[in-house]
Amino acid sequence: MNAIIQPSDRSPGPPPEPPLALLAELTHRCPLRCPYCSNPVELTRVAAELDTATWARVFREAAALGCLQVHLSGGEPTARRDIAEIVRAASEAGLYTNLITAGVLIDAAMMARLAEAGLDHVQLSVQDTEPGSAERIGGYRNALPKKLACAQLVRDAGLPLTLNAVVHRQNLDRLPEMIALALELGAGRLEVAHVQYYGWALANRDALLPTRAQLEAATAEVTRAREDLKGRLVIDYVVPDYYAKRPKSCMGGWGRRFLAVSPAGRVLPCHAAESLPGFDFPNVREVSLREAWENSEAFNRFRGTGWMKEPCRSCARAEIDWGGCRCQAFALTGDAAATDPACGLSPDHALLDMAVREAAASEGDFTYRVMGAAPQKA
Amino acid sequence: MTAVLTPDSIPRLARGMKLREDTARGQWVVLGPERMFVPDEIALEVLRLLDGTRSVDGIVDELAARYAAPRGEIAADVASLLRELAEKGVVQA
Repeated sequence: MNAIIQPSDRSPGPPPEPPLALLAELTHRCPLRCPYCSNPVELTRVAAELDTATWARVFREAAALGCLQVHLSGGEPTARRDIAEIVRAASEAGLYTNLITAGVLIDAAMMARLAEAGLDHVQLSVQDTEPGSAERIGGYRNALPKKLACAQLVRDAGLPLTLNAVVHRQNLDRLPEMIALALELGAGRLEVAHVQYYGWALANRDALLPTRAQLEAATAEVTRAREDLKGRLVIDYVVPDYYAKRPKSCMGGWGRRFLAVSPAGRVLPCHAAESLPGFDFPNVREVSLREAWENSEAFNRFRGTGWMKEPCRSCARAEIDWGGCRCQAFALTGDAAATDPACGLSPDHALLDMAVREAAASEGDFTYRVMGAAPQKA
Repeated sequence: MTAVLTPDSIPRLARGMKLREDTARGQWVVLGPERMFVPDEIALEVLRLLDGTRSVDGIVDELAARYAAPRGEIAADVASLLRELAEKGVVQA
């Protein structure tokens, strides 16, 4: 890895632009066990989590650095007993606070505390609109009714709601029902996010990858609904890399717009970056967020375009998609500095078509997320 | 939740939207769920006039007085600006 990187290639230059948003992964604990969980396969235990005061300092540092929003995530952020204090600290730091939750642990009393603490917005996940399927995908009993109850609490508290539907082969056919559910629950926004295949999701890729026919139907449905529901429901749609010709601009470019802090305090350019080998990520217990953002080797390694190889280096889109996703490049090619195979120009692009064919021929069994046990297949 | 704004409508920032100063970048921004809008000078001026009591007509009056510009022109600009902001979910009546 290190042989590929030549720091002398990079001119010192001005400090990087400030980040827009902080993803605060408060904990890896979660009552659900979704087989596409975006947490790393090695989950952090409760004893190693940052305490309330440290998170409060992180929020103040993030705001001073230029962050405008914080996404309080996990794991399940409400699994932390101090979640209301954390919301208050983020809000007092001046950040727009967004709670990303599965909703099953939130009761009326907790919602009241969160709203009072200054929460600005709730993003609630749904695994499916069919109760049995929702229960199976999340690996959690009675998940859907609890989520519907949570949505009502959000509405009663007067907070705006986004419904987040992670979609894949086993629920994508119910996209019209998901859109209807978002309207019924009074959500102002629906996020239809195709699974991103790293970590746990990569281990479950064969069970989750949608077919091309499913994808085309879903894209048409989103296009139609966006037009019909203009002014009523905003629909964000994340298309799956496996059918793409150009890679997504992952995180808007490494170290350009976003930073994440893991439950144990590691500062990351994206929440999945711990899957990359050969990195020494800075920790908020040791350095300031500004130091991590502006000067750490980890953030500078894939920043800008100087690190790129061909075909990215001479590509006209180098500063549009920034080479795609580093985690996906590593997961599929073994080289984190390679062009994301989602790009049609990548020499490894055929890997994606092969995966699609393999998935089409396989059963739908899941490897569930468990703490202390990495998935067996990858 | 409607995209239709009449001269009598009282527009306001939609639920979850916040107008705030972004000191790090020397600008004002509208923050919403996973969204951020940077209003231009005119849009910022209109957004600052959304106080929950002023109607679309009232906003036009205020701007016409401030800029001594033809009222009809301002009314058309404000209407199209608010329509655009409503479609983006930034403003509601």
